[in-house]
Amino acid sequence: MKCHRPRVGPGRPFSSCWRPVPAAWRARAGEMLQEESDLSLLIAQIVQKLKGSNLYAQLERQAWASLQRPEIRLESLKEDIKEFFKISGWEKKLQNAVYSELNVYPLPSHPAAPPEHLKEPLVYMRKAQGSWEKRILKSLNSMCTELSIPLARKRPVGQQKELLNKWNEMGTDEPDLSLFRPVYAPKDFLEVLINLRNPNYENGDSLSFRTHLGLIQVPLKVKDIPELKECFVELGLNIGQLGIDDSTQVPPEFFENEHVRIGQKVLAEQDSAAAQQYIRQGSPTALRAELWALILNISSQPEDLLYYEQLKTNVIQHDLLVDSLIYKDVKLTASNDDYYFVFEDYLYQVLLCFSRDTSVLGHFAYNSASPPKSYIRGKLGLEEYAVFYPPNGVIPFHGFSMYVAPLCFLYHEPYKLYQTFREMYVRFFFRLHSISSHPSGIVSLCLLFETLLQTYLPQLFYHLREIGAQPLRISFKWMVRAFSGYLATDQLLLLWDRILGYNSLEVLAVLAAAVFAFRAVNLMEVTSLAAAEAVLADLSTLKVMPLLQIFLFATVT
Amino acid sequence: MSRPKNQSYKGHGLSKGKEREQRASIRFKTTLMNTVMDVLHNRPGWVEVKDEGEWDFYWCDVSCLRENFDHTYMDDHVRISHFRNHYELTRKNYMVKNLKRFRRQLEREAGKPEAAKCDFFPKTFEMPSEYHLFVEEFRKHPGITWIMKPVARSQGKGIFLFRRLKDITDWRQDTRSSDDQKDELPVENYVAQRYIENPYLIGGRKFDLRVYVLVMSYLPLRAWLYRDGFARFSNTRFTLSSIDDQYVHLTNVAVQKMSPDYHPKKGCKWMLQHFRQYLASKHGPQVVEALFSDMDNIFIKSLQSVQKVIISDKHCFELYGYDILIDQDLKPWLLEVNASPSLTASSQEDYELKTCLLEDTLHVVDMEARLTGKEKRVGGFDLMWNDGPVSREEGAPDLPGMGNFVTNTHLGMQGRWEAVSMIGKTSCSNCSAPFSPRRKLPVDPGMEDRGSGSCHPALSLPDSCQRTSQHSSPSLQAGSTFAG
Repeated sequence: MKCHRPRVGPGRPFSSCWRPVPAAWRARAGEMLQEESDLSLLIAQIVQKLKGSNLYAQLERQAWASLQRPEIRLESLKEDIKEFFKISGWEKKLQNAVYSELNVYPLPSHPAAPPEHLKEPLVYMRKAQGSWEKRILKSLNSMCTELSIPLARKRPVGQQKELLNKWNEMGTDEPDLSLFRPVYAPKDFLEVLINLRNPNYENGDSLSFRTHLGLIQVPLKVKDIPELKECFVELGLNIGQLGIDDSTQVPPEFFENEHVRIGQKVLAEQDSAAAQQYIRQGSPTALRAELWALILNISSQPEDLLYYEQLKTNVIQHDLLVDSLIYKDVKLTASNDDYYFVFEDYLYQVLLCFSRDTSVLGHFAYNSASPPKSYIRGKLGLEEYAVFYPPNGVIPFHGFSMYVAPLCFLYHEPYKLYQTFREMYVRFFFRLHSISSHPSGIVSLCLLFETLLQTYLPQLFYHLREIGAQPLRISFKWMVRAFSGYLATDQLLLLWDRILGYNSLEVLAVLAAAVFAFRAVNLMEVTSLAAAEAVLADLSTLKVMPLLQIFLFATVT
Repeated sequence: MSRPKNQSYKGHGLSKGKEREQRASIRFKTTLMNTVMDVLHNRPGWVEVKDEGEWDFYWCDVSCLRENFDHTYMDDHVRISHFRNHYELTRKNYMVKNLKRFRRQLEREAGKPEAAKCDFFPKTFEMPSEYHLFVEEFRKHPGITWIMKPVARSQGKGIFLFRRLKDITDWRQDTRSSDDQKDELPVENYVAQRYIENPYLIGGRKFDLRVYVLVMSYLPLRAWLYRDGFARFSNTRFTLSSIDDQYVHLTNVAVQKMSPDYHPKKGCKWMLQHFRQYLASKHGPQVVEALFSDMDNIFIKSLQSVQKVIISDKHCFELYGYDILIDQDLKPWLLEVNASPSLTASSQEDYELKTCLLEDTLHVVDMEARLTGKEKRVGGFDLMWNDGPVSREEGAPDLPGMGNFVTNTHLGMQGRWEAVSMIGKTSCSNCSAPFSPRRKLPVDPGMEDRGSGSCHPALSLPDSCQRTSQHSSPSLQAGSTFAG
């Protein structure tokens, strides 16, 4: 997950990597050689991935079927079929699938590197994540024992029927959840991150200009403003933005109308890469649902509906302990939210199914976290009796349901909502609660946030630190939830447009810093953490894009 | 844009307010103890009078209207918060009667298509007077659901649904044989209304919209539409199979509050902007435009239907709460109009909305005589009708049907919640107080009085200066320094 496109065809339409490399490129031969071997490795990896996919089977079927067509001739079979794919739109689908792989999977590392390097290259990060997982499990297990509830059980038939009947109104149920508590909350997780140390790096007591005054003490490379400017170049002051140029006095003819027209064209083309580029300037409200689906390469075929129905059946048949955690979380967060309370039922329909979805396990290949295992009763420790628990390997925490809530604004059918959420999770949201060194990982985001403040607003940073109000203690929860529940929905969606557009979560840290900058004068006057929190308690009136733009492009650096 | 507003006031303030120069303060009286009281009390230069004292401004209950009109002589400048026979619009049976008559009139004068624009209320019969007509209609369409509402009660009291004729015959007997003391009162009037069985649902829930319309005069008709309002959600999920459960069907907050699983902290409202934005993301902006212009039509047509019936009186103004239901085809239906919309706030956000609504109402009523009379926008109110449709364009002649005429309505568009310009100045240069983002209004191109529009939301300067304590947002001050 990088800000820039993957190395193949940087900044060019995706199709360029299928064409022969132009001669001029070959000038830097040595470098190219390396790149070409990388490229072939990458292609091999993607081909491998796609071979097992539904798309592959469909393409194969289409190819066979096309043989019946008059324009396919034996002497130019290969070319004719390629041409057929192009005309019939299947080539576009293949391109989108490849593009999606490029976005999600990290580039292949050295062939000799062990697979855990794909998850997380730094040993101390892996260790920290491991012991954090142990703590979560311990807490989960002790809750099980305390309440003497099994992790999973089959529902009696009567209960199954009952649940099926009220599937669309699960929110009307008021089970007694007073004994359940969220496994952890963002602030517990923050404590873990604060205690992270790189054993190879001695910070020492001697202060130097490098000393990091913030809470995060691990050395990771994060971007400074010039680098961020380069990365988020489309957010620049002289580029039209939805979220700015549509809400001011500018007549819509100047930007908005044209932008909508281009958006419709992008949708007509069904090109993921174009959609991703397009959405960097924001998505028109009416096109957003389709644009996001296109970028996330979600097809919404009948089989997807079937898959969702299968998950629903699993929910109805089995009762999991995590269900209660999900219920509790929804009741604690989304149901109390001024905007999202309406969607309570949808949240259950999505989150309960999500916990049963074993396809989510795939993302652990590149997530520093690992799915917890549980063993069938009496077979503790025997690998052949191990199952992942919950089946998707993700234990929800306090606020988890807020990742789903804003999506309810975009999708009406639960299965579409479900697909979008799952894709958003395995691409982005998992990084917000696993310990890794990835630039979009929460550790890097925290460090980026603190570094931005320390570098560009040193007075404010120092003041807050002196009064015991470390800025990260306030902003952490915003970032962990990707600002969901803190911003007004329209603003949140504009922000998430940019996450999708740049395939990066770094914008969250930039926004968090921009919010501090925006309220700097008032923050300079506070003398306690509580007062600072009060100044920043209500973000629902903020306009995201002007804040980001000014912070990145109009601040003197 | 930011011409100092004081100058522009002075000019007309003098000419118009000459006769009031002697009066240092405005004496108000109110029978309501909620937000209205707060707002009136906080208004600079206004003082309360109790009991029999003389007043300039009276925000009263509809119940004490009669004594005022019958026993008081009113000076020119005096204002009172209801029209004398407001019930022509706000009692369900009269409203329907007036609309039916207006429809017939339109059909005679302007033809069927124009008359069809009045088809925004479900089939309704007055009970008991139209009982026989109702039975005829009922027999014609068996199986549909009807709703019975008492004509004069509000907040969802006394409402029930039925599908069988037997249900209401039972009910008629019930009401007759009920407690003796009621005998001297006439039988309570009800309307039987065809129940809208396919409401638009959000998250599986039914909702209705509450929109505020301020009428300053009926002859000529001069009406203002408030930008903010809300969608009220039913707490339980909608299904026609449980017609006994009135909580499902009524989205009145007053009823919801009695519901067993009502969660006061949760609330069950959405701001209209939120609703509008939700619809736009689902159906696209054109569909939303169409829906909201259909709603504009409802406001205008319903007011026109009573225009000739309501006793015109320049002392009167009235703030109506319109209840609108939307069906699955995105057609809006008028459920009822309230003369005394609940102004008691149920939450902080609600309090803010209602405070602003009332303040802006007072700005429009303009006891202080600060308006020029040419404003198209005052605070959150947009002039919707001024003896004819009002154009959104600045200064353009208000003639519909000429080119691209856009009506001056902004329901559910960004109103008080408007973005604060990041680069412009963000605090008032006159009072140097940061003002709350929720009070900031954009400069409206249609607004005549541009000087005031650019800075303070409404026209009253001292008022805004005081108000900041209510929701002082630190953000804005910070913003100005940051940006500058």
